[in-house]
Amino acid sequence: MTLLFLAPQAALAHLVTSGLGPFYDGALHLAISPDDLLGLISIALLAGLCGARSGRLTIIFLPLAWFVAGLVGLNLPANIYLPWLSILSFLVLGILVAIDPKLHPKVVVTLAVLFGGIHGLFNGSALAAIGAGPLALSGIAVTVLVTAILISAFVVSIRLGWARIAVRVTGSWVAAVGMLMCGWLVRGTV
Amino acid sequence: MTIKNRHMKLAHTLPFCVCILLVLWPLTSWAHVESGQAGGFVSGLSHPVSGLDHVLAMIAVGLWGAQLGKPALWLLPIAFPMMMAFGGMLGLMGIPVPGVEIGIAVSGIVLGALILGEMKMPIIGALLVVAVFAVFHGHAHGTELATGQNAILYSLGFVMATGTLHAVGIGIGLLHRWDFGRVALRGAGSLVMFGGLFFLWGALA
Repeated sequence: MTLLFLAPQAALAHLVTSGLGPFYDGALHLAISPDDLLGLISIALLAGLCGARSGRLTIIFLPLAWFVAGLVGLNLPANIYLPWLSILSFLVLGILVAIDPKLHPKVVVTLAVLFGGIHGLFNGSALAAIGAGPLALSGIAVTVLVTAILISAFVVSIRLGWARIAVRVTGSWVAAVGMLMCGWLVRGTV
Repeated sequence: MTIKNRHMKLAHTLPFCVCILLVLWPLTSWAHVESGQAGGFVSGLSHPVSGLDHVLAMIAVGLWGAQLGKPALWLLPIAFPMMMAFGGMLGLMGIPVPGVEIGIAVSGIVLGALILGEMKMPIIGALLVVAVFAVFHGHAHGTELATGQNAILYSLGFVMATGTLHAVGIGIGLLHRWDFGRVALRGAGSLVMFGGLFFLWGALA
């Protein structure tokens, strides 16, 4: 054991050449994709607002749908991205968060699967176009999972009235961004 | 401290800590970004505060909401950004809205007068007033939006700045709890109203 510990290995301290690896590239992709992030935040907020059961089901099915759809996207022949669908997805979710309806957990899960499926497909297709593979997709899925857990758990634990209102305000902001994006889309600058 | 108390304390302090983190979030850490991204967000953030007429109206919405109390206190600042974004969408699409500058000026006059007079009205009426004026403001922004920006980051900065201005108005509006505060708010309403008159004069001249 001591000999193994003493065996010299390259420290790889400077990651300029190696990078953080495809897994973290995938994780970072989500952090710098506002359209994915806005929708992810919204569905997690919605799941939390609709209760613990909705939250629990969402954190299972959302990343799963994202990953499975991403695998499909990886194997598609062409780069698929429909801006209008991406914008519509987070616009609708933002509106739902703003109005705070009492949705059945099955409805929330269906929305989560739809959202995860759409964006997973787009992500997978984009990853295939740059030569990335399932490892990057795993990074995305794990980031989705962690983000959904943190946000929905926080919302479920809210007891203060004003905090719930702050969540709804966040939803209205997402919806507002969605509406502006519709305008940009028609203008042709998206 | 029991576990329950610890959890309650965490639930109380966590939102505050998140807010502090957001406030301290360094914009300059976006050292390597695609061209225009950071500029897009900051440009969007600065656009709503670029005109005093817009700033007055957005703060006035927060002030009036505070005067009306719940649920207007939070419904008006939800409605205004959404309707403003709707107006912005119309402006971006090139759909004309008549008398935008006059509408913006009148928004200052009307909102200022409502605050000055401490006017109470049903929530539906208040939402309608705010929504109509928000469309004018949004449309003006939509037609002024610069090209070459990252659209989604610009939109995000724009909406966040608008919401923050409402929050400033609500914060000031909390003075309503005290007698001197109510008088101060009415005074602020008169300032908004005279500001609106000034802008109306400019729009008609």
